[in-house]
Amino acid sequence: MTNLGKKRGAMNDIAIELKGIDKKFGLIHANKNINLTVRKGTIHGIVGENGAGKSTMMSILYGFYQADDGDIFVDGKKTEIRDPNAAIAVGIGMVHQHFMLVENFTVLENIMLGAEESQILNAGITKARQELKRLEDEYELEVDPDAVIEELPVGIQQRVEILKALYRGAEILILDEPTGVLTPAEADHLFRILEQLKSQGKTILLITHKLREIMAVTDEVSVMRRGEMVATRATAETSVEELAELMVGRRVLLQVDKGPASPGKVLMSVENLTVRDSRGVDMVKDVSFTVRAGEIVGIAGIAGNGQSELLQAISGIRRAVRGKVELQGQPVHVTGKTDAAELRRRGLAHVPEDRQHMGLVLKFDQSENTILGYHDDPKYLNGVFLNIDAIRKDAADKIEKYDIRPPNPLLKTANFSGGNQQKIVLAREMERDPAVLVIGQPTRGVDVGAIEFIHKRIIEMRDAGKAVLLVSVELDEIRALSDRILVMFDGRIVGERAPDAGEAELGLLMAGVEDTREAAE
Amino acid sequence: MSVPYAKLPAWVDYGLIPLVNLAVAFLVAGLVVLAVGQSPLRAATLLIEGAFGYGEGIGYTLYYATNFIFTGLAVAVAFHCGLFNIGGEGQAYVAGLGVALPCLWLDQFAPWYVVFPVAILGAALVGAFWAMIPGWLQAKRGSHVVITTIMFNFIASSLMVYVLVDVLKPTGSMAPQTRTFADGGQLPRLDWLLASVGLDIGGAPFNLSFLLALVAAIVVWIVIWRTKLGYEIRTMGHSPSAASYAGIRQSRIIIITMMMSGALAGMMALNPIMGDQHSMQLDFVAGAGFVGIAVALMGRSHPVGIVPAAILFGVLYQGGAEISFEMPEISRDMITIIQGLVILFAGALENMFRPAITTFFATLGSARADKPLPAAE
Repeated sequence: MTNLGKKRGAMNDIAIELKGIDKKFGLIHANKNINLTVRKGTIHGIVGENGAGKSTMMSILYGFYQADDGDIFVDGKKTEIRDPNAAIAVGIGMVHQHFMLVENFTVLENIMLGAEESQILNAGITKARQELKRLEDEYELEVDPDAVIEELPVGIQQRVEILKALYRGAEILILDEPTGVLTPAEADHLFRILEQLKSQGKTILLITHKLREIMAVTDEVSVMRRGEMVATRATAETSVEELAELMVGRRVLLQVDKGPASPGKVLMSVENLTVRDSRGVDMVKDVSFTVRAGEIVGIAGIAGNGQSELLQAISGIRRAVRGKVELQGQPVHVTGKTDAAELRRRGLAHVPEDRQHMGLVLKFDQSENTILGYHDDPKYLNGVFLNIDAIRKDAADKIEKYDIRPPNPLLKTANFSGGNQQKIVLAREMERDPAVLVIGQPTRGVDVGAIEFIHKRIIEMRDAGKAVLLVSVELDEIRALSDRILVMFDGRIVGERAPDAGEAELGLLMAGVEDTREAAE
Repeated sequence: MSVPYAKLPAWVDYGLIPLVNLAVAFLVAGLVVLAVGQSPLRAATLLIEGAFGYGEGIGYTLYYATNFIFTGLAVAVAFHCGLFNIGGEGQAYVAGLGVALPCLWLDQFAPWYVVFPVAILGAALVGAFWAMIPGWLQAKRGSHVVITTIMFNFIASSLMVYVLVDVLKPTGSMAPQTRTFADGGQLPRLDWLLASVGLDIGGAPFNLSFLLALVAAIVVWIVIWRTKLGYEIRTMGHSPSAASYAGIRQSRIIIITMMMSGALAGMMALNPIMGDQHSMQLDFVAGAGFVGIAVALMGRSHPVGIVPAAILFGVLYQGGAEISFEMPEISRDMITIIQGLVILFAGALENMFRPAITTFFATLGSARADKPLPAAE
């Protein structure tokens, strides 16, 4: 199955070498003369902001794209990688950020998919089962081969992806943002697996934007910026600060500067809220909490534990089944006829989790998006007509104040970077001077430089006496910004902690272990 | 990660690509003509001459184009809301009642300029009503508007046969049509418009509703791009989730948009009924509702694109009639094939050549961008 012996025979300690890789998409120069050397049997991190060219480089290595220029050497031999099959043939495997698994197939069926070897499956199944057993033993990747994928937690699904690559004889594994969907505990387990793979001589390329992970598991790290490879460092000899600076090209404030909160009266209260999704499953179960003026309440949790439905219900997008919500002391008919427009009028601003589908209309230009949800405001209208001049003037003001780039109100929103798109949403919602600000995933897909800016703005809103409800799957972000942390698991709030609570403790809560106080102590 | 191809210049997007599609459609149509043993060149000459060669031909071309502007706008308005209104045919057909009834009622004692506004209103209201029902079903019951509007075409067709045969047909007449309207039910022709450029319109029924169609195109532009309602419609069309985030009441917008679409389709009935036949006849819509889909696709749902696209289909209709007259071997069905090919390439396969053209312009662009830059290092 593997050609391990052959490769060891080559006695070359460079697993992959990229020389002068260059790639353009039209006018966009995605990769500029990239050089990269990855030593065999190491974990090599690749960091960079969104759009720095990491994904393009990896896609070239895995055969999705062809480089315009430059050479790829695998095991010291110049190799043409025309498509993913060619990559697999030379021992490169990839674990995608979004898993490529057939949800209603078993683990075994997924692993065999595309490597069945004959039309009649029986012989293949027996062989695959044996091989899977061997891989599991060798790398401590325990998975029940007969479990159906959709019934497995994401952490295990990811293991199946890794097994899939190993089954196809991968010697070099590329992992693209592998921890985005994992709990801290699952992430730790993943890193142990990676260590194990490394000790068996496999080479691992880890793409991530989480610098802490890079520091924790990699041997070497390469930094990309604007399509260029700007530096490669031995991890032991660098620091988070240096890497962040290399990524952004200037000094970055990683620690959020935040004074103590001075909470005032309750501006939003939620009592026994239950929300059902479109399939009829209760996603939010009996949730109660309050948010006071001048405090940031953070809701931590792994994606998919009801945070999205909670946000939608309290912002008037989804109807709740049961429960009471009060906004500035006045009841909101969350179970009946209420909509987002009414709540906006009553002082609630909402930065949605999914800015590309909800917070923005990507085909609109920036000025059109600055009025989304506020298009009833007389200042944007002349009777039934849009007051185009006023709208564009307002958009230009927001561009200036939030440093949105490029500063063009007529540019299609889809052509702004993730960070600037988020700034468009934030500018719209924050400049309304709301009483309550509800923010979902404020920095998802946003580059490091913009994160700093966004965090600062959120703190400013708090200090201006707004009640801020923050939902994020990034635990670091929750801990850095919140004055109180609520942890959500399986639709319930399973605990409240102070922001200085330990990561391990919060991690356990996020995984559904309710009574953590003793466990953590 | 999507492939970040560079954006195409506007003239390529709106000019070159439709032209390439059209050229391919004519090329394939030419092969079809060749296959039945006729000269494609002669057919092409007849098509062009028939449509543009003389005043009467131009009159007919613009007469057909009038129908297609209305139905094209109808489809386009619904497109902006993400709705596919296939029911223009039925909406226009039923709206014939909104035109014919005021004419039958008022034509004896009121001049056309009194009857016309009433007929416009009638056509728009009846068309809007016929589209409102599928709109309501979509908004409140989730019945897909494509299915329901198709069904409503059939209902419209049967209903109108009944009305024309059993209700509106004058006693003693053998033809399933209303009586011919008096002067009050007849729109003035626009012969003076063509005469001003020295053309004789002859017997072509090119009439005032053409100007109404142009006004409708302008109004559609204003409503879609310059009003609050249009903003809400476009938000819905691009992203229903953004619309609910913004607190836009979706069912209201769906119903209003369908009614606007139906009203536009309905106004098409003015052109044949008041402008040409001066009576309501069986099947007077004659497929214009469906051509509207192709017109809207080709015109990118923008009035500035729809008007020329409607004229193009006017050319196909008028030039096609000329071909089948001059070349009896090419039957009327052959013309339908050619029109079908244009719809296929310009509408359904609109994006077939886009990747190739995009790549071509991208390499052109990057080659240009490369020159001033010395090689890296």
